[in-house]
Formats: sequence, C-alpha cells, structure tokens
Amino acid sequence: MEKKVYENLVSQHKPTETRAQNAFIAFVTGGIVGVIGQLLIEFYSYNLDISTQDASVFMIVTLIFFASLFTALGFFDKWVTFAKCGLLIPITGFAHSMTSAGMEYRKEGPIFGLGSNIFKLAGSVILYGVVSAWFFGLLRLLIMGG
Amino acid sequence: MTFQYDNVYINATSTVAGPYEAKGPLGKLFDKTYEDLYNGEKSWETAEVQLLKESIDILLKKANKKKEEIDLAIAGDLLNQITSSSYAIEELNLPFLGIYSACATSTEGMIIGASLIDSGKIKNCITATSSHNMSSEKQFRNPTEYGAPKPKTATFTATGGACLYLSNEKSKVRVESSTIGRPIDMAQQDPYNMGAVMAPGAADTIYRHLTDLKRQVTDYDLIVTGDLGVYGKEILIDYMKTEYGIDISNNYDDCGTMLYDLEEQKEVMAGGSGPVCSALVNCSHIIKLMEQKKLKRVLWVATGALFSPTFVYQKENILSIAHAVSLEVVE
Repeated sequence: MEKKVYENLVSQHKPTETRAQNAFIAFVTGGIVGVIGQLLIEFYSYNLDISTQDASVFMIVTLIFFASLFTALGFFDKWVTFAKCGLLIPITGFAHSMTSAGMEYRKEGPIFGLGSNIFKLAGSVILYGVVSAWFFGLLRLLIMGG
Repeated sequence: MTFQYDNVYINATSTVAGPYEAKGPLGKLFDKTYEDLYNGEKSWETAEVQLLKESIDILLKKANKKKEEIDLAIAGDLLNQITSSSYAIEELNLPFLGIYSACATSTEGMIIGASLIDSGKIKNCITATSSHNMSSEKQFRNPTEYGAPKPKTATFTATGGACLYLSNEKSKVRVESSTIGRPIDMAQQDPYNMGAVMAPGAADTIYRHLTDLKRQVTDYDLIVTGDLGVYGKEILIDYMKTEYGIDISNNYDDCGTMLYDLEEQKEVMAGGSGPVCSALVNCSHIIKLMEQKKLKRVLWVATGALFSPTFVYQKENILSIAHAVSLEVVE
C-alpha cells in the first residue's frame, strides 16, 4: 500500500478529539487560577501593607509553592490530566514541570539525576523566555527609548 | 521466513502483573499481582527487574524444574540496554540471550527458543519479557508525575513480567510454527498512535505466515495481535481487507484491548501496550483456554513499534515489526 493511501486509512480510524470541551475546561480552570492569583494579590497588599507589584511576587511564590507541594503529594498530575492547559500555562505548570522532573530523577543522585534533569521540561521555557525577553526589551528600547 | 516445528511444547507459563492489570478482566488469572507500582522496590527500574525475577521463580515452580536444569534463558524488555532482563537473569546464573523487538520481544524469544529446541541444540529454555508503565513513561515520555494530556489513540504500557517454559517434553500445547517479521516503514511519526504504526507490520507478518504455509484465516480459531489498541485493531482489519483481500474480522482480537476493561479503565486510553501486554494475555488466558481445548490453534502475532525518541525528534519515521508464533493443541 502507498504510504499516502495508508495515511488516509489511518485518518479514517482516528477518533475526533474533544477540542472544544478541552478548551472550555482549560479556559475555566485557567480562569480560576487567575482569580486565585488576584485574590492573593489583594490579600497580601491589604494585610501586609505592600505595593501591588510586591504583592504580585508574593502571589507567584505562593502559587509555585502549592503547585510543587501538590505535585509532591502525588495528585497534581491528575488535575493536569483533567484541566490540561488550564494548569499548564499559568506559573503552576512551570513549577509542576520542575518538581515532577526533580522527583523522577532524584534516584539517580543530586548531580547526574536531579541536577541535570530538573530542567528537562522547563529548560525550553527558560531559554526561549530569556531570548524573547531580550528581544522585546531591545524593541522597547528602539521604539520607546527605554 | 517461516519455520515449522515437530517437538516444541509449552510446559508452563507464569505471570506477575501490576495494579492496573489486576483491575482488568484477566486480573484473577495472573499468578501474582501487586497493588503498588513500586512493589516494595526503590525505583521503577528495580521494580521491573523484581517483577521479571518473580515471574521466573514462579515459572520454575510450576514447571517443577531447578534452575540447574534450564539450558537457556531468552529475555527482553523496553528499557535501554535491556537491563531489566539481564539484571533479572543474573541471579539465576543461566546462559542468557538478551533480545529486543520492542513489544514483539515475547514471540521473538519463543521463535529463537523453539528453533533451538527443534534443532536439538537445547532441550529446554525459558523465554521471558517484562515492561513497567512508569519506567517506560520515564524513558520514552515525560516524568511520571507530570500527567501530560494524551490523545485518545495513545496506549498504556502494561506492568508485569511473563515467562514461558518451552521444552521437547510433551505437553498439552505445542509451538507448531513461526514467522519472523520484517521492519516496516509506513511513514508514521506519531508516538501517540502506535496502533497505526504497528498495524502494517502485523498485516505483513500475518499475510506471509498464511501464504508460506498455504493456510486460510479459518485454519485458526483465533489470531491475536500484541498491542494495537482499539484504533490499531480497526486499521489492521481494514488494511488486511484492502491490501490482501483477507477478512480476519471473525476470529481476530488484540491483547491490548483484552488486558483492560476499556469502559471502566479510562486511563488506559486506546488499550494496553508494552512487551508484557501480549505475554500477560497469552500466558494467563489464551494458553489456558487451549489447555482446556476451547481453542485448537492460535496465531500469536506480537507487534512492536521500533520507537526511539531521538529518531522521532530528528523527524525520522517510526518502524514496526511483528513476529508470529502458531500454537496448537496436542491431540
């Protein structure tokens, strides 16, 4: 059978993914994470009497902490399987990717396991995050003068 | 390449399985099951070694043989350098052939063992295989705690160890013939649709087996493929019809869909996979049905995706292979 003909045969037997449903779940759960974040900012700025900017940093640290804790306790992966990008795109996903990799490779020791594998998933985010930050910073300098 | 054998028998089989398999429809048929994926070990890898080791111990007991009486052990698994197999066999101090055909490893081992027994080079052998859901996820995909969403066509690596004791001493079921498969490239690149990767490999081997021996599909009570899953199964039936004009739908099933309850166990997606998948189903269920003479002749076609993450990232196609063994009730 020609490879192209086979490709057709395969696509005939491919189930349709529930994309609309997945997107809706991700939209709602991602939104909930956003609301929690906003509440945390309000909470910190009001109770600790700090600026919104400082409170944002506290909020990020809190979300990272709980995402990592829930990963370590072993149920965050089930949440991710359900909520998909709703939990993977916010900062919770970044924390989860590092904690899960760290947990997976700790058996191979602190250097060859944990150290060299903790950024297995997050490495790409960091690299392209830094590159794009540099690029947009340059654009800002050129257009707006800093 | 198809061989026929005169005096190769299956004297005993053994199975040890993990928690997901224990919950499946064949759960009660396994010799031993574990509720925890670590089964008391420190890592996923050593847990897999332990599963295989235990299944060999059970096999020796069931065959009523001491390890000194075994001529050869043939084993393979999915981990890099097939370490689960070599570490499990090391303690037994047996001559060992480590083999790899991904999920077609089980029947590859049987073909080698049966050929050596039939030629008189050895009297008996153990053929063994294992896989572990978590050690495979770790090696081939993402960290096990990551829980990345998967498409519906994805399959679930089975956890367990399964072995067969083959010898020239007469028993109820014999290995009657075998066909060695060839690597097949059908330009598939999706590691989450292994059924589509492996179906042409299975079709090629089934077709060659039938034509080499001038047989019909109806000469078999059952043809079982290894781990094509729900969608791969549909593809194979369709492919056999359009490519070779052979209808296998009446006496065909797939071990990947038999190992789990696909309605209840949604986490397995399209079904089971891994070298132990077809071995668990055949060693616990199908061979027992043959011993009870409910099935007379079965073609076990273990299917393997020769998948390397490195090659997939380099945009190379995923190859597949399938090796077939025909099992027959001794009258």
